Amino acid sequence: MSATDAGAAATPKYTKKDFESDQDVRWCPGCGDYAILSAVQKTMPDLGIPRENIVFISGIGCSSRFPYYMNTYGFHTIHGRAPAIATGLRLARPELKVFVVTGDGDGLSIGGNHMLHILRRNVNVTILLFNNRIYGLTKGQYSPTSELGKVTKSTPMGSADRPVNPLAFALGCGATFVGRTIDRDVRHMEEMLRRAAQHRGAAFLEILQNCNVYNDLTWNVIYEKESKLAHELRLQQGKPLLFGPPDDRRAVIMDGVMPKVVPAKDVAESALWVHDEHNVNAAKLLADLWVPDFPVPTGVFSAIDGPVYEDMLLAQEQRAISERGPGDIAKLLTSGDTWKISSEGS
Amino acid sequence: MSEAAAPVAGVRKSRKELDRAVIRFAGDSGDGMQLTGEQFTTESAWAGNDIATLPNFPAEIRAPAGTLFGVSSFQLQFGSQRVYTPGDRLDCLVAMNPAALKVHLRDLKPGGLLIVNTAAFDKRNLDKAGYATNPLDDPALGERYRLHKVDMTGLTHKAIQDLDLNTKEKDRTKNFFALGLVSWIYTRPLEPTLDWIGKKFAKNPAFAEANTRVLKAGHAFGETAEIFSEHYTVEPAEMAPGLYRAMTGNRALAWGLLAAAERSKVPVVYGAYPITPASSILEELAMHKRFRVRTIQAEDEIAAVTAAIGASFGGAIGVTGSSGPGIALKGEGIGLAVTAELPLVIFNIQRAGPSTGMPTKTEQADLMQALYGRNSESPVVVLAPATPGDCFYVAYEAVRIAAKYMVPVIVLSDGFLANGSEPWLIPDVSTLPPIDIQYRTDPEGFFAYLRDPATLARPWVRPGTAGLEHRIGGIEKQDVTGNISYDPDNHDHMVRTRAEKVRRVAQEIPPTSINGAATGDLLVVGWGGTYGAITAAVERAQAEGKSVASIHLRHLNPLPPDLGHILREYRKVLVPEINSGQLVRVLRAEYLVDAVGFNRVRGLPLASEEIFEGINQLLGERA
Repeated sequence: MSATDAGAAATPKYTKKDFESDQDVRWCPGCGDYAILSAVQKTMPDLGIPRENIVFISGIGCSSRFPYYMNTYGFHTIHGRAPAIATGLRLARPELKVFVVTGDGDGLSIGGNHMLHILRRNVNVTILLFNNRIYGLTKGQYSPTSELGKVTKSTPMGSADRPVNPLAFALGCGATFVGRTIDRDVRHMEEMLRRAAQHRGAAFLEILQNCNVYNDLTWNVIYEKESKLAHELRLQQGKPLLFGPPDDRRAVIMDGVMPKVVPAKDVAESALWVHDEHNVNAAKLLADLWVPDFPVPTGVFSAIDGPVYEDMLLAQEQRAISERGPGDIAKLLTSGDTWKISSEGS
Repeated sequence: MSEAAAPVAGVRKSRKELDRAVIRFAGDSGDGMQLTGEQFTTESAWAGNDIATLPNFPAEIRAPAGTLFGVSSFQLQFGSQRVYTPGDRLDCLVAMNPAALKVHLRDLKPGGLLIVNTAAFDKRNLDKAGYATNPLDDPALGERYRLHKVDMTGLTHKAIQDLDLNTKEKDRTKNFFALGLVSWIYTRPLEPTLDWIGKKFAKNPAFAEANTRVLKAGHAFGETAEIFSEHYTVEPAEMAPGLYRAMTGNRALAWGLLAAAERSKVPVVYGAYPITPASSILEELAMHKRFRVRTIQAEDEIAAVTAAIGASFGGAIGVTGSSGPGIALKGEGIGLAVTAELPLVIFNIQRAGPSTGMPTKTEQADLMQALYGRNSESPVVVLAPATPGDCFYVAYEAVRIAAKYMVPVIVLSDGFLANGSEPWLIPDVSTLPPIDIQYRTDPEGFFAYLRDPATLARPWVRPGTAGLEHRIGGIEKQDVTGNISYDPDNHDHMVRTRAEKVRRVAQEIPPTSINGAATGDLLVVGWGGTYGAITAAVERAQAEGKSVASIHLRHLNPLPPDLGHILREYRKVLVPEINSGQLVRVLRAEYLVDAVGFNRVRGLPLASEEIFEGINQLLGERA
């Protein structure tokens, strides 16, 4: 474990309860955020990190209420800026484990620029983006991930902007960990949370989340049991890209430079596309797959090692100190060109 | 300029002693005028003079050669007495091309020394400067000024004709001919420049040789050419004894942060997005990683301030710096620091606006922005340095106040202070007040908004402290507990508490120092970079026996506790500012005094001459 990691030798044995704060949770009844909160609280003990070394940072939006409900350090900041706050915090305190909780509006619209830069810098932060394809806190306007033509209060004749694909965006920014999970699949969500939290570098986890008030069942294609079975492609390291019910197994294969779905029985085992988290190019192809022509992939798309921003900056600081000694302001003030004026005035 | 003739024995040409002189080097932005001016400044510092400088350059990195907007200049005033400003009117103008002559001639005093590089006065350059005929051929120019036409380019080439450099490289050394010549005229020592050449071109002996020869050629030209009948000395100034260095405002801000990091033993995290004229603070800090000052070149102004806030949340000293347009973008972030009650220092190196305005030109029109430029009731502490060297103390003080009161502090510098330099008495850092940062570690009775009774500061807790896990944010909080609260009375209480906390910073302000008598006809009140011009004007009026005094505010919010009393001791109050009247409004609103503004907004420092006139005018109006 590196010096800039949050673990400690003697971390107490925690339970989920240790991470529940004393605040009343104020999301709408039935909101997908409850399941996410519960899953996060449940996975925290598995990280082996003292509670006081964990910080949750958020911006604005329903998702951004999250830090109030975690019994860790937390900072509920301003719209879109959580990644920048987290970057400053990591540079000041590299021993802390920092989570950013955001949503599709906060993280990809008003804060899209900061999301780009925290990912490309590969700051060691775990980013949980709750994607419900709607603005909830402001009561129901369309979001940057809403489907084209979305009818909302602010778009009564349908939205005219094409949605952004969060995972394709993250990969394009150079994210070193990119994954997707679903609020209604608790076990998978817990597994993905652990994976993302244990990644060293900027980890981007999209959580497909239900807003039952303003955009209910937007992800029904992978909520409804039969549809989920038919359309979810569970990515697993070293496993072929197979999905669908046992009587209709399908494979995603490469046809030239294009992905293609074919009946699994028609593909020789050697011709199957085997998932490799270290292959970023493959991840970029997978990020674009979606119904109806393709399945909906979930799991870890990409997990690679990359140099971490604050590690490099702090290494420069250490190098400067080891080569030239710690700073000495008195010496600096008298360095370079100086001249003396004696009491006689010359 | 008083010219007491004082011939010096053993010198062939007559030498006059001056109290002070104002010189401007002007040329194309590629002519090396900034370097020439800086070297002349160093030489004058060696000569023991007090100095003030004013670099002035185009925003374009390489503006088209020979054009009016491509002219770059460097002005300085040096003297044997206290020098407060770079000077209003020029005693000497060096014009390296027609454009420089056209732009700057109007500032030269009648009878002033005008030195031009004749080689640059060709058809092409004259056309570009908009001269139909060569102004050097007009006899009126030589009648109005002491004109010296020198073929600097030709003489430069002659001095180094045998060196293996191409024409362009040889051409480029001609600024040192001008420097050598003016150094001779004003009896400046060449040693500092020769030292500089030796260091700068240590790896390139041909350049070192060329610059040395050209510098000396310029000097010898003054000595031997028949055209210069006299030259000048300026005796060393009576300055406080001690070790001095040249200091610019931006470097002083940066070094003030280094001092704060060292004394507080807490790392500084400086977030910034490059912007004129603040970028050099980021660059300076990035060179001093040994001081545990961590710099982030952020993706935008908002990220720069919020990264600083994140660092402060983590227990470091978060600092951000920009100019007015960037500060506008940071407004919401500053508001977060106000309500989260975290320390934050914001440098605003003001420039002419609105919008992009004139990025390289100075202004002090962001006072209202600093005081009120955020949504809702969002009080912050506002400080303003008076001189380039003062920036060091103000940066340090900003950190001290921010940490002690858990409050954002805005420092209003400006483009003039940022780039201008002055001889700066190097302080003994052990005499700086301590920055004693105490993080809360005791969980017993802890609440996130439990306040210190003297400062009203809430406890600063570093994440990582067991038993003190807590959440803060931008939503209104219940006092003491820090829990989210929409209670109307609590909000009213918190609005007042945040304001009162800022007001209590007044207990940090020393008694206001009055330049002049404690009562009288007129008090001139200034703030920021106009200190020099105001002081020079007021001292001139005082020397004429007028009942005038001045004070200069370094604390703009809160204002000094003794200010209201002082204002009432004078019959009239004049407030010179490079804006259309901002501090004057504050003073009128705060103290119900009939203060009068003196306002010029030209992107230039105020001239002491015009302030002097403003003083006389107001004194002349009998109520």
